[in-house]
Amino acid sequence: MIRAEPFVLPPERLEERFEDKRPRYEPAEATAEANRCLYCADAPCVKACPTSIDIPTFIHKIGTGNVKGAARTILSANILGGSCSQVCPVEVLCVGACVYNHWEREPIAIGRLQRFAVETTLAQSPRLFEPKPLSGKKVALVGSGPASVAAAAMLALEGHSSVIFERKAIPGGLNTLGIAPYKMKGDEALHEIAWVLSLGRIELRTGVEIVEKDTADGQVTAESLLRDFDAVFLGLGLGADSALNVPGEAGPGVYGATDLIERIKSERALSFTGAKRAIVVGGGNTALDIAHELALLGLEVAMVYRRGEAQMSGYAHELDGARLDGVRLLESRQPVGVVREGERVVGLKVVPTVDGAAQAGPESVIPADLIAVAIGQARATQIAKAFAGVALDAKGRVVVDAATHRTGNDRVWSGGDCVNGGKEVVNAVAEAKVAVADMLQRFNEEKGN
Amino acid sequence: MADLSVDFCGIKSPNPFWLASAPPANTGEQVMRAFEAGWGGAVWKTLGNPIVNVSSRFGGVDYGNTRLMGLNNIELITDRPLDVNLREIAEVKRRYPKHVVIASLMVETKEEWKEIIRKAEDAGADGLELNFGCPHGMCERGMGSAVGNEPKVLEELARWAVSYARTPVIVKLTPNCGDITEPGEAVFRSGAPALSLINTVKSIVGVDLDRMVPLPRVGTGSTNGGYCGPAVKPIALHMLSQLARHPDIGKLAISGIGGISSWRDAAEFIALGSTTVQVCTAVMHHGYRIVEDLIEGLSDYLDSKGMKSVSELRGLAVPQYKEWGELDLSFKVVADIDPAKCIGCQLCYVACMDGAHQCIHIPGKTEAESYAAGHLHVPHEIPAVPVTARGGGPGARVPFVHEEECVGCNLCQLVCPVPGCITMKEVPTGKAPETWNDRMEKGTDVVPGGLEATIRAKAG
Repeated sequence: MIRAEPFVLPPERLEERFEDKRPRYEPAEATAEANRCLYCADAPCVKACPTSIDIPTFIHKIGTGNVKGAARTILSANILGGSCSQVCPVEVLCVGACVYNHWEREPIAIGRLQRFAVETTLAQSPRLFEPKPLSGKKVALVGSGPASVAAAAMLALEGHSSVIFERKAIPGGLNTLGIAPYKMKGDEALHEIAWVLSLGRIELRTGVEIVEKDTADGQVTAESLLRDFDAVFLGLGLGADSALNVPGEAGPGVYGATDLIERIKSERALSFTGAKRAIVVGGGNTALDIAHELALLGLEVAMVYRRGEAQMSGYAHELDGARLDGVRLLESRQPVGVVREGERVVGLKVVPTVDGAAQAGPESVIPADLIAVAIGQARATQIAKAFAGVALDAKGRVVVDAATHRTGNDRVWSGGDCVNGGKEVVNAVAEAKVAVADMLQRFNEEKGN
Repeated sequence: MADLSVDFCGIKSPNPFWLASAPPANTGEQVMRAFEAGWGGAVWKTLGNPIVNVSSRFGGVDYGNTRLMGLNNIELITDRPLDVNLREIAEVKRRYPKHVVIASLMVETKEEWKEIIRKAEDAGADGLELNFGCPHGMCERGMGSAVGNEPKVLEELARWAVSYARTPVIVKLTPNCGDITEPGEAVFRSGAPALSLINTVKSIVGVDLDRMVPLPRVGTGSTNGGYCGPAVKPIALHMLSQLARHPDIGKLAISGIGGISSWRDAAEFIALGSTTVQVCTAVMHHGYRIVEDLIEGLSDYLDSKGMKSVSELRGLAVPQYKEWGELDLSFKVVADIDPAKCIGCQLCYVACMDGAHQCIHIPGKTEAESYAAGHLHVPHEIPAVPVTARGGGPGARVPFVHEEECVGCNLCQLVCPVPGCITMKEVPTGKAPETWNDRMEKGTDVVPGGLEATIRAKAG
């Protein structure tokens, strides 16, 4: 078994109240579903997977009873195949590409089969891979989200040591603190990190901030990383929630969406006493997540979006799911102020929009006791800038070479949300794969010299 | 990691998985791609005087949504010139020296055998497989299964081959015979060190009911083909067991063939005495890529059983094959249905009612309704256990097994769609083990209710 987790979330978290939307298959269910798969060649599901997991092969292996082999196929292509099986938007990736869709037949439940294979196998034989002998190379990873954890795991299997630096007390980034609880709970993400750490060669330092100049305890300079390590990987994620910047916004009852999700997932006995009606501002996947979560917690939820449903960047299947659980979508409205009675939030003042542009009036107030703002996140620019040569684009994203994920600094690689502006866990892993492949090539070249 | 390499009568193979002599081993380019995918060896598509093939050539048998449960073919041996095949064999061996290439051969006269054996060995073949099994087309010309059906002819031809060959001779047997040990003994007498089986089974896969032509159709007619694929595996396992347990034939190296699609199938063939296994249909269906699961699955299985090599598994199940008369009549199992897995389909109920011993009951029926439904025995109480599986419909009840009436036939378990839902649990009978042979010896082999003539004869 995997050793006891070093990182533990407090009890009585709100997220524990959520039911798993896609619980793990029983063995009989997995066998039945696996045997439905056509075992396509040159399969569209593989092409739809950012990490190119050989999906038909792993499902075929489940069908023959070779579940351990199935997990090997998954994890050798995507070392975080466990959490991806739960959090991937499979509807728009592998499952959406299944040939059965075009034949009016239910597509194969690839995510659930993947979860079955990985969880069953790691519970029985966590030592699935034999890491290569130690190389003596050492890599620093900044941030402990999926990009860094995946990179560290792949490096460990290739024989390289690493140290992950995490600013927060709890590691895992959005995978631990930002996933909708009906998909995956924080302790499941921590369990996966514990498995990655069990591969060895990885040190995880939490409560450490990477800075340009250290002025306090718990700070480490970018310069020292460049000096003490053979390579640096920046998996910085994104920064704080953006604000509406409207009158009345500051104060209790108005939350940044990712901040609120994090509290639902990690705070002991969080409660929204008295809150019955919630408004979520935004039209992306974070907006859909928090709206859906609040609806499942029993609140009456309205989403307020600047444009129309067709323009939403959030997935249609997520909107469908949220609507099934009671979320309403209010289109073409722009918030112009938060209405309060004393301290208490009582509503959101909005004006109509045309093509997303706010009109002068008429103003109206949508009643609400709680407002979550999901209109984007700031970039983690400060840390990136601390590394000489690392450049940011106009949107604040770390600039990398797409083929290598190397930054402007020859010894600094980067991947995940800080590079792509905010995508899925599976994209973070895919980008980490590219970066690690390039690092490995570099280490090999250096060995040759 | 268990050692998957094997020694097949002196032929070293990196693993026990060989392509059978068939379309997947038709050309050098194919065989090399197969080796790249992981196959340990290939038995080349049978060499001989090139033939002419027909169109179409294959027929399939589906069962429900499962395609190609069985495959039938009327293709003959290679239609490519001998020198082309030989050149490609040489090229494959040059590029893959550690992989096994066996030349499958089929010719008629002594001189032809002599020539083709020399040429195949000169090209670098590691061994020779004599195709005495093909049951379609070639047998009309006195070759293939026409030889396999005649132990004396088989023995003579095999002796020729053994005398001409420098490499090991493998005789491939046909299942189209009454007793497989007869050709098996002929192989043993010939001095050949190895045999392989089964070749395909004579078959017609279906009939075109509009044209009134059997399938596969060639213009206005058809002919019998050779049947293979998962459907023939049980036939192959039985014949393999008969040869492996034979005191003489069991000493030969055996390459098992017949419907092998997964690592588990392969492990079963090895447990019943095969040293290597040959695969055709599964590759024709899904490609060379299936070998990854074969290798990985077998290796993990051996590891899980603490076995260090394939040879440790070989033949382990052979001693447990017994004659019916040696089976223990005191052993008893009864069906046990798991409410947490049952989905309430009642397929076990209908199978037991109409196909077995009417001992499964649907809860909620009155005694009168049960008798009206056809039960001959109704227990005093039939518990209404709710189905608790996720797949169960609301209000569904788990069918009830009346254990006193259950004979332990397995039918309910076999029809249940949920793996692991119905298990056959062993129940103590309190009786000492006793076989039919024991009863014969003791004279207690007359079961009441028989014929008067039999009783009179016994009384003598």
